[in-house]
Amino acid sequence: MHAINYEAPKSLDEAVKLLAAHGEKARPLSGGTDLLIQLRAGTRRPEFVVDIKKIPELRRISFSLQHGLKLGAAVPCIEIHENSDMRKYYPGLTEAAHLIGSLQIQSRATVGGNLCNGSPAADTTPALIALGAQARIVGPKGERMVPVDGFCLAPGRTVLQPGELLVEFHIPAPERHSSDAYLRFIPRNEMDIAVVGVGAALSLDVSDDRVVEARIGLGAVGPTPIFAAEASKSLIGKTLDAAAIENAARLAIAAATPIDDMRGTAEFRRHVVGVLTRRALAKAAERAREANQR
Amino acid sequence: MANKVIVETNINGDPVELLCEPRQSLLEVLRDVLELTGSKEGCLTGDCGACTVVIDGRPVCSCLMLGVEATGKNITTVEGLASGTSLHVLQQKFLEHASLQCGICTPGFLMSSKALLDRNPNPTEAEIRYALAGNLCRCTGYDKIVRAVTDAAAALAGRTRPAHGTVPSETASGMAGEMLAKGEAK
Repeated sequence: MHAINYEAPKSLDEAVKLLAAHGEKARPLSGGTDLLIQLRAGTRRPEFVVDIKKIPELRRISFSLQHGLKLGAAVPCIEIHENSDMRKYYPGLTEAAHLIGSLQIQSRATVGGNLCNGSPAADTTPALIALGAQARIVGPKGERMVPVDGFCLAPGRTVLQPGELLVEFHIPAPERHSSDAYLRFIPRNEMDIAVVGVGAALSLDVSDDRVVEARIGLGAVGPTPIFAAEASKSLIGKTLDAAAIENAARLAIAAATPIDDMRGTAEFRRHVVGVLTRRALAKAAERAREANQR
Repeated sequence: MANKVIVETNINGDPVELLCEPRQSLLEVLRDVLELTGSKEGCLTGDCGACTVVIDGRPVCSCLMLGVEATGKNITTVEGLASGTSLHVLQQKFLEHASLQCGICTPGFLMSSKALLDRNPNPTEAEIRYALAGNLCRCTGYDKIVRAVTDAAAALAGRTRPAHGTVPSETASGMAGEMLAKGEAK
């Protein structure tokens, strides 16, 4: 690995100043489970590695039924899974965080790092997209909020400008009967990169099982994670029956732009998008019906 | 020579002050700076778990962490398991159950098992297998490792039998595990 300088700012102000001063020569370090591999392989060659794990805002999970969730970008996945609010109110995002790698990886890897790494196959990103998460970014020119479904631009590329730092995710408060689910296909039980990942979030009117809100996020089936807008919209106002789910699955397949690679063919991936969309919607709906959040 | 930095940390219960380059992984610092060569280098990508150490109670791949990030942490490596010449119960059970052959994965398995039992003294077989999913062993087929951890949990709790159903044990005599265990008992 090439020589680096290591900085570990203790406040957001200090971090932003450091990142702004070093610009493109700096790379934030969160869990490091992607970055250290890239440094070793020489695919990223920052002069300055800025460890962001000592900044309190990036390490907190703050939840209330009134204000929803603020999830720090540098919270390790294992702490998400251990948090009872996360498991109860955002089970889909929690299961996405809990199926990244081994416990060794989950002890270090973070949702913020997963997003900023910019992999189309990131497991937590479709789950964030389904929840309508917004990314709070702080930089030398101030703050901005970017919806997670617009955060990734290309494999390994995001909206983050030199000097900018992803601080936290803002996720809306759960509705009375709402929930989410994330499913991925891999050719083994655990510890692999998604061939396809699908996140779904639903809010239901349980009096007639009508969909009030729906969002579907797709992973590993395009150059970036995808918000399946048409599929999501098709469900709103509908009773969540087999026909509605089938129609949404068909539209989700249409939103996917997969490629053939060693993990699967494009044709197979489109098929799996349909299967996982149906299953993720069914699972989110089952959870939403059981939920009674307020 | 590149810039070196001072790192103050705690390793196996002792405060340690060391000098390392920021680019050095914790694994390199443990092995090359501190000469704690129990933690092994396998894949260097976080897949094999041979470099697993326990940091503030959690299993971590030391190849995927910079040495400088160890500042202020409590780190346990495989060298910290035994007390003097008496083995940790996990080490003893790994010997008794022949849970190793070539041995390169063993320190990592021991540390993942330690992190598990510290948090969950009474794990089911599924929980053990899940906790060890980040450690690869190409020799044993894993069953013997799972048996050792199950047995270690029982021993730590003062039970003679595991609380949960366990992997059927191999009862054939003259197996490596018994020989090792006898050798160790001298």
